[in-house]
Amino acid sequence: MTDHRDYQGAKMGMWLFLFTEILLFGGLFVLYSVTLGRFPAEFHQASQLLDVTMGTTNTVILITSSLFAALAVTALQKGNAKLAQIFIALTIAFACGFLVIKYFEWTHKFHVGIYPGSPDIADWAPGKQAFFSLYFAMTGLHGIHVVIGMAVLSWVSWLIRVGKCTPEYFVALENAGLYWHLVDLIWIYLFPLYYLIT
Amino acid sequence: MVVSQGFMAPGDKSWVREWLFTIDHKRIGMLYLWSILAFFVVGVFLGLLIRLELFSPGRDLIGPQVYNAVFTLHGVIMIFLVVIPSIPAAFGNLFLPLQLGAEDVAFPRLNMFSFWLYVIGGAIALTSLFTGGGAPDTGWTFYVPFSAVTTTNVSVAVLGVFVLGFSSILTGLNFIVTIHRLRAPGLKWRRLTLFAWALYATAWIQVLATPILSITVVLIAIERLLGMGIFDPARGGDPILYQHLFWIYSHPAVYIMILPAMGVISDIIPVFCRKPIFGYKTIVGSSLAIAFAGSLVWAHHMFVSGMSDTAVMVFSLLTFVVAVPSAIKVFNWVSTLYKGSIRPEPPLIYGLGFIFLFAMGGITGLVLGSAGTDMHVHDTYFVVGHFHYVIFGGTGFGMFAAIHYWFPKMYGRMYNKKQANIAAGLLLVGINGLYFPMYLLGLAGMPRRYYDYLPQFTELHRLSTYGSWFTFAGLALMIYNLIRSRYHGAPVGRNPWQAATLEWTLPSPPPSHNFDVEPVVTHGPYAFSEVRDDD
Ligand code: HEM
Ligand SMILES: [Cu+2]
Repeated sequence: MTDHRDYQGAKMGMWLFLFTEILLFGGLFVLYSVTLGRFPAEFHQASQLLDVTMGTTNTVILITSSLFAALAVTALQKGNAKLAQIFIALTIAFACGFLVIKYFEWTHKFHVGIYPGSPDIADWAPGKQAFFSLYFAMTGLHGIHVVIGMAVLSWVSWLIRVGKCTPEYFVALENAGLYWHLVDLIWIYLFPLYYLIT
Repeated sequence: MVVSQGFMAPGDKSWVREWLFTIDHKRIGMLYLWSILAFFVVGVFLGLLIRLELFSPGRDLIGPQVYNAVFTLHGVIMIFLVVIPSIPAAFGNLFLPLQLGAEDVAFPRLNMFSFWLYVIGGAIALTSLFTGGGAPDTGWTFYVPFSAVTTTNVSVAVLGVFVLGFSSILTGLNFIVTIHRLRAPGLKWRRLTLFAWALYATAWIQVLATPILSITVVLIAIERLLGMGIFDPARGGDPILYQHLFWIYSHPAVYIMILPAMGVISDIIPVFCRKPIFGYKTIVGSSLAIAFAGSLVWAHHMFVSGMSDTAVMVFSLLTFVVAVPSAIKVFNWVSTLYKGSIRPEPPLIYGLGFIFLFAMGGITGLVLGSAGTDMHVHDTYFVVGHFHYVIFGGTGFGMFAAIHYWFPKMYGRMYNKKQANIAAGLLLVGINGLYFPMYLLGLAGMPRRYYDYLPQFTELHRLSTYGSWFTFAGLALMIYNLIRSRYHGAPVGRNPWQAATLEWTLPSPPPSHNFDVEPVVTHGPYAFSEVRDDD
């Protein structure tokens, strides 16, 4: 009864779930746009304080990892489970790289006194403070999603090893891949909104 | 006659594995039902306590701080732990797959997981009472700036709400996929029961609206824990934005509360007047219309918050629009009753109570929806009266109707019908006594969430407190009757009400695997001429 397989049902469930994730970030995007509307100049100034090189590097890293995720799915569909696992490992490795860079970015910010509730920024213009509140909230939430994505991918890799995710029934990997693409996609929006606004 | 045990029969595994880790949708439904009823009892006692404190002006029992904590807790428990999950999680899980002719929901393990999230979320919410700076005192709406600065345990409470929201999303997701994928052969969309349709519309609201609530409460928590400043004007934030985000979820959430109850009523009325429902398609359409239009009216909670006049007018208008589909349903129910051969069994009595109380709440909703009159009664007892008529009179009665309708299916036994009707009568007297004076109090200017009041309000407050005792008596009798009948009620056969939907073709209680042979559906849910009288 429990191992009835409904490929379409599983996909549909995943798409609905992704939709809820988009809405979760959607609430924050609403906050972002309203606040940007109120403080366009301050947002521009605050954005200068972010490190575009690091942001760009991270964007490239995340897009590459998304490519590996897609390759993993194709590999499994073509029957090559070993290769699929290698690609999953690469995806996870790149995700680690993303987090490492993020770590350096954030620690640097903390170091110069920019963090939520910091006394140093208490007498900045409100718009600049709002920028950083939202920056930490949104990239922080995104970071948590990266970690969750890594956990899910590792779990699917294990499923492949024990033969529960196979070339005949690969929907678990496919769904994990979709999740990873979503995480990537959200970053692709966050990057220009925070690093590149003028 | 020996009552069969069906899905409730003990198996060979331990009780914990049989029940707490079950993936059988019927058992999960039962777990929800009993947990929800347990929380309901707690919530009712808190409500009674509020009423006792308000028996006369000045301090009677509890001080202002405890009073604030009590009404917050009452609201949080009733909203997030009782009414939102009530009908979908309990009766949806129990009967949706049966009405579809399916073996289970689409994702049985996920279903168990959502039940566990419900338990964990409830536990976290309760933890917030006894830890940290004491029980939250913000009201269930957690409005900033107060919720950002109060020293009580708001962070833990909102974490609980977050987890409960996740549970609700997963239930909705599961139901959508179930309805799309697992209908028995021949069960076309146009042959779905109206209960299933209502759950379908509800599920979409759960999936689309709840994430916004999740992020909003997360923001409250990080605002408090990290001093984020997202809603603090001094740091570029905006408290009105909080209200928008909160109501973007919580207004649609009131349809999560009421639509399933409407579905139950739409299923019950035809059975007890032996007629197909009047206007099947309009009922379906109005459910979907409510789900859609209901997401556009959130700002009617904010007429006095300082929004622009244009916004106030637009949201006022939209609110009137969303009242139309609800009214359509009421007309449909009444038309179905017209010239039907009515059998006044308890489920129908509760159903009629629902229609009356819901109409009382709905009409006063229009008073609140028109910006002009809302200015006058905003945040007064008028509002408290309105939402209790809708959620207690509406969702609560829908839930009671559902229990009395499906009880024989769940346990294979019948309750004492006379007692059930007396309880319904007590409840009707009680609820009107409890909440009607609140309308008058509100019109006279008594603000809500106050622990004290001026002497001229004493009589109406007393009346309301008497009403709460009748309500309590009705609830006590109803619950007593149900619990006693679960063990001693007269055994019944498959279909005591001669209903025409699929769950009644199964033994009572249904076996764990549901259908021996996959049913093939050849007619709609209200074709009573097809019913075989096998009792
Ligand atoms: C015997 C039953 C009940 C009694 C005596 C009762 C009484 C009350 C009272 C006196 C208030 C306080 C209003 C204020 O001070 O502003 C209140 C608030 C509330 N009640 Fe009830 N109630 C009962 C049942 C219910 C039920 C069944 C629900 C939901 C299904 C519910 C949901 C709420 C909510 C959401 C609030 C708002 C709390 C707030 O203002 O934050 N109540 N109730
Ligand atoms: Cu509303």
